[in-house]
Amino acid sequence: MRKVVMGDRLDRVEGQLKVTGVARYAAEYNLPGVAHGVLVTSSIPRGRISKIDTKAAERAPGVLAVVTHENAPEVPGYEASVNNEGSRVYGQEFRLFYDDKILHNFQPVALVVADTYERAVHGAFLVSIGYEKELHNTSLRDNLDDAFTPADQKDHKRGRPDAYKEAPVLVEQEYHTPIQVHNPMETHSTTALWEGDKKVKVYNKTQATKISQKEISKAFDLEKENVEAHSPFVGGAFGSSSRLWPQEMAAIMGAKVTGRPVKVMLMRDQVFNMVGYRPASVQYFSVGATAEGKLLGIAHHARGFTSRYEQFTERLLDPTKSMYSCPNMDTSYKLVSLDMSTPCWTRGPGETSGSFALESAMDELAYALKMDPLELRKINYAEKDPENDKPWSSNYLLQCYERGAERFGWSRRNPEPRSMREGEWLVGLGMASGIYKAARDRAEARVKLLADGSVLLRSAVADVGPGSATIFTQIAADRLGLPMEKVRFEWGNSVFPYAPGQFGSHTTASVGSAVYEVCTDLKQRLQELAVNQPGSPLYGAQAADLFFEGNTLKTKTGNASLRYADVLELHALKELEVSRESRGGPELDEFSSKSFCANFVEVRVHAATGEVRVAKVVSAVDAGKIMNHKTAESQVYGSVVWGIGIALMEEGIIDHRFGRHLNNDLADYHVPINADVPDIDVIFTDLEDPIVDPMGAKGIGEIPLIGFTAAIANAVYHATGKRITKLPITPDKLL
Amino acid sequence: MIPFQYVRPKQQKAAIDALARDNNAMFIAGGTNLLDLMKRYVVVPQKLVDINQLPLHNIEQLNGGIRIGALVTNTALAEHKLIKEKYPLLSQAVVSGASAQLRNMATVGGNMMQRTRCYYFYDTALPCNKREPGTGCGALDGVNRMHAIFGFSDKCIAVHPSDMSVALAALDATVQVSGPKGERSIAFTDFHRLPGEQPEKDTNLHKNELITSVFIPDAPFARNACYLKVRERASFAFALVSVAAALDISNNSIREARLAMGGVAHKPWRLFKAEKTLKGMPVSEASFRQAAAVAMEGARAFEHNAYKIKMAPETIVHALKTAAGIV
Ligand SMILES: Cc1cc2nc3c(=O)[nH]c(=O)nc-3n(C[C@H](O)[C@H](O)[C@H](O)COP(=O)(O)OP(=O)(O)OC[C@H]3O[C@@H](n4cnc5c(N)ncnc54)[C@H](O)[C@@H]3O)c2cc1C
Repeated sequence: MRKVVMGDRLDRVEGQLKVTGVARYAAEYNLPGVAHGVLVTSSIPRGRISKIDTKAAERAPGVLAVVTHENAPEVPGYEASVNNEGSRVYGQEFRLFYDDKILHNFQPVALVVADTYERAVHGAFLVSIGYEKELHNTSLRDNLDDAFTPADQKDHKRGRPDAYKEAPVLVEQEYHTPIQVHNPMETHSTTALWEGDKKVKVYNKTQATKISQKEISKAFDLEKENVEAHSPFVGGAFGSSSRLWPQEMAAIMGAKVTGRPVKVMLMRDQVFNMVGYRPASVQYFSVGATAEGKLLGIAHHARGFTSRYEQFTERLLDPTKSMYSCPNMDTSYKLVSLDMSTPCWTRGPGETSGSFALESAMDELAYALKMDPLELRKINYAEKDPENDKPWSSNYLLQCYERGAERFGWSRRNPEPRSMREGEWLVGLGMASGIYKAARDRAEARVKLLADGSVLLRSAVADVGPGSATIFTQIAADRLGLPMEKVRFEWGNSVFPYAPGQFGSHTTASVGSAVYEVCTDLKQRLQELAVNQPGSPLYGAQAADLFFEGNTLKTKTGNASLRYADVLELHALKELEVSRESRGGPELDEFSSKSFCANFVEVRVHAATGEVRVAKVVSAVDAGKIMNHKTAESQVYGSVVWGIGIALMEEGIIDHRFGRHLNNDLADYHVPINADVPDIDVIFTDLEDPIVDPMGAKGIGEIPLIGFTAAIANAVYHATGKRITKLPITPDKLL
Repeated sequence: MIPFQYVRPKQQKAAIDALARDNNAMFIAGGTNLLDLMKRYVVVPQKLVDINQLPLHNIEQLNGGIRIGALVTNTALAEHKLIKEKYPLLSQAVVSGASAQLRNMATVGGNMMQRTRCYYFYDTALPCNKREPGTGCGALDGVNRMHAIFGFSDKCIAVHPSDMSVALAALDATVQVSGPKGERSIAFTDFHRLPGEQPEKDTNLHKNELITSVFIPDAPFARNACYLKVRERASFAFALVSVAAALDISNNSIREARLAMGGVAHKPWRLFKAEKTLKGMPVSEASFRQAAAVAMEGARAFEHNAYKIKMAPETIVHALKTAAGIV
């Protein structure tokens, strides 16, 4: 029996289910009598529905119902007055089939439910809609004058906000990032089933079963216990499944109207402007430094956009506030309201776009100073968090720089732009730093020891792909001294103990801590039971004399021992269950906890055609103690691959005359293909953070993406001498 | 999709008859383009005539050239020994298109007949003269980064997306078609049309005609050929600009040249004048630059595709240099 330890490169516990097709996703629950719902979406961005004719659809073969604002079942939650207390997005949520108003293009305006998917699709084609158009605005750049400060934001200023202006060396630049879309493989899907009119069950694509449960119970005015959200398998989400969306509401409404289970799966073109996306940004960035390269001041003014009905905000400024030691700072973040659906969190929400500006500007500053860009970053290393003066809970960024540069061969870089070449390809080397919060939230876990000595562990947490289920199994196996097969972990169900949503890179720290601690509690409980039972070989033993070895409690003198199962037997127990709520202590507030990274990128730019190919990536990451090197590396691969996409090709294109996406499919919205992805070399510092959680782990799901796009832009500059400040870096911009 | 009839005849004549019987019928081959268009209601045929059972799957050596059946898949074409040996340009062009999975399904006839990838054509909520004559050209004053710099009209500025067709245009191929009125052959360079006043017509194929084969004459372009496709990712993307270049070189001098461009016009854009310029010139970058300058005469850009005017000549030069082996 091989001992399992945290950090081991273990295969995913659900890997086989996934690759053999056994794993079932939200739209794959073929419940008895299940019907299929297809959404009809608006073809205008703003106005009202003047006429909606559903007769042809209703008469079409197999169609069971057509739900529109004229006949939708009542949603009590839609009538409640807006209460922004504790809500993550200010404003009035989108209300499906609520009235005749059109608030954005591709807005769902009807649901056609039929006995087969094909018949539902056909029915959807037959719904005919007339519109009264109103003037619309969908362009951030054309409406910057209307920017306002969102309700939940305060401008961060420190020292003398204007200090950068007097700096001996000053770089000022404007950076743009376009709309980017999560585009998970599995489009957003829900299968809903009513059990009577007081209870509903959903098989749902969600990153947060508890949020699903809460929001559905609120919308339909149901007892929380009467809403079950199941989400064991999720085909990628990246933030796009962390709040209630139209397909969930539609499936539940459709099921109500037809009295049958209903599944709704969005079409690819519908995910671009219905279920969130990363909004575009315009960023004005100024950074001033001494002639020696010490930062004197930064001004970072970021503009994003949101819908007309909600204020979605993201953390564009966070890297700027904390990355480098800089005494003076002026920042602002404003939004423009547009006739678009509300954006939503997208891997590194805010930091990804914000760090493009920060880390590109640092590179420009390095050239202005004639200084090595890595050196510039090192001399501005922040000994504590400059945003709030708190000490770091841990920070091994300098080690990331050293080891990353060494592995990458940074020293071979000739600093002169356009100085390195291989045949017809210009070669460029660039780097950037990254910073991302290492948060921890409240979470619960329940463990049950069974008579055969195995355990069943449960949490409501979702595993949208990072390998959380594997890690929690692994933490429990490590803590309990059991092999992986003796730990069964069940997840992705709102009836299980509380877990926060799987976003913000805090699942391991939050749920992992609960797992860690509940296992400690179980052992403690077993020890008590072992010593307090007359007849036990360990009866009356002192805690100090006892220790666990694997699944066995032993005395140090070595003359007596009890296995977990023996303890149950001793007490004639069939099983033993322990639950635990875990939350960090006050130390979490006393320290600033962040993950860090340094990305090094080599690109080739074709001298004649301007094509950019990434030739090599070294990503050095300080994410604390690594829980499983295999799944952790995959997180870095995922970030890098997406980073290549964001840097070189991804752009949600809207024709503002029509307020409508043009490239809303995967033929035209380009993401990297295998041939675009080079060797990715991952380095982990793998050093414990003593504060964030008992395992010493920090978040890893997002950190490698932060700054990554700038690393590419910086490498492209080094290769070509052209500074690209508007993503994506496509060949046309390099000619 | 809307409900449709589906027939699968075994004989060529039966297929043509089946099409002619219904006003709203279409052939389907690999289905890789047609089904996408049907799912988006860009085309709504009420009947599909599946031609995959017709005996048009062979590549044959004939006197004076090679005949390629219209149903040969793109994969089979690109990997065929004769094609690789005699027309590496064609093989390169085909593999530069789409993905392996698509090429396994896609056919020669279907590839030629594929519709433009213009955004406005694909979305029935937007104006497009090609899809719905009279609604206007959405791209003209819209997002036209992918659009034409040659041969467009004020009705349509879309480009033809095929890579294979660019090579076939360069190689002097002819298209064999069969219809209710019998057989005829069309020079490949006359097969596709410019948009003019009728952008809804992509080709000069008549109603109810079936493409049966493509013939490529023997030519001395096996040794010095290059298909160069520029795109923003390494594969699986349509060309921003592509160039098919083939040279017949003797004693460092160009005896004959074949040049065509993709991604720049409503049809594969054969560069006859540039070819003439090259004839008799020495193999050198200077010659190629001169040809590229001739090739670009008359190019005109729109708001977002001016880069093509810089990219296209560079791509021509680079393709010629690669074909000549002087990079
Ligand atoms: C995501 C994606 C990326 C792609 N990328 C590229 C690319 O980079 N380069 C490229 O060149 N192509 C690309 N393609 C297009 C692909 O090459 C075409 O879809 C394919 O060649 C069409 O062939 P098919 O046999 O599937 O045609 P079908 O879809 O079956 O038919 C297409 C059209 O041809 C007609 N037709 C078919 N056969 C005949 C015949 N014998 N006679 C008369 N009419 C006929 C049909 O009626 C229909 O109108 C891409 C396609 C996709 C989906």
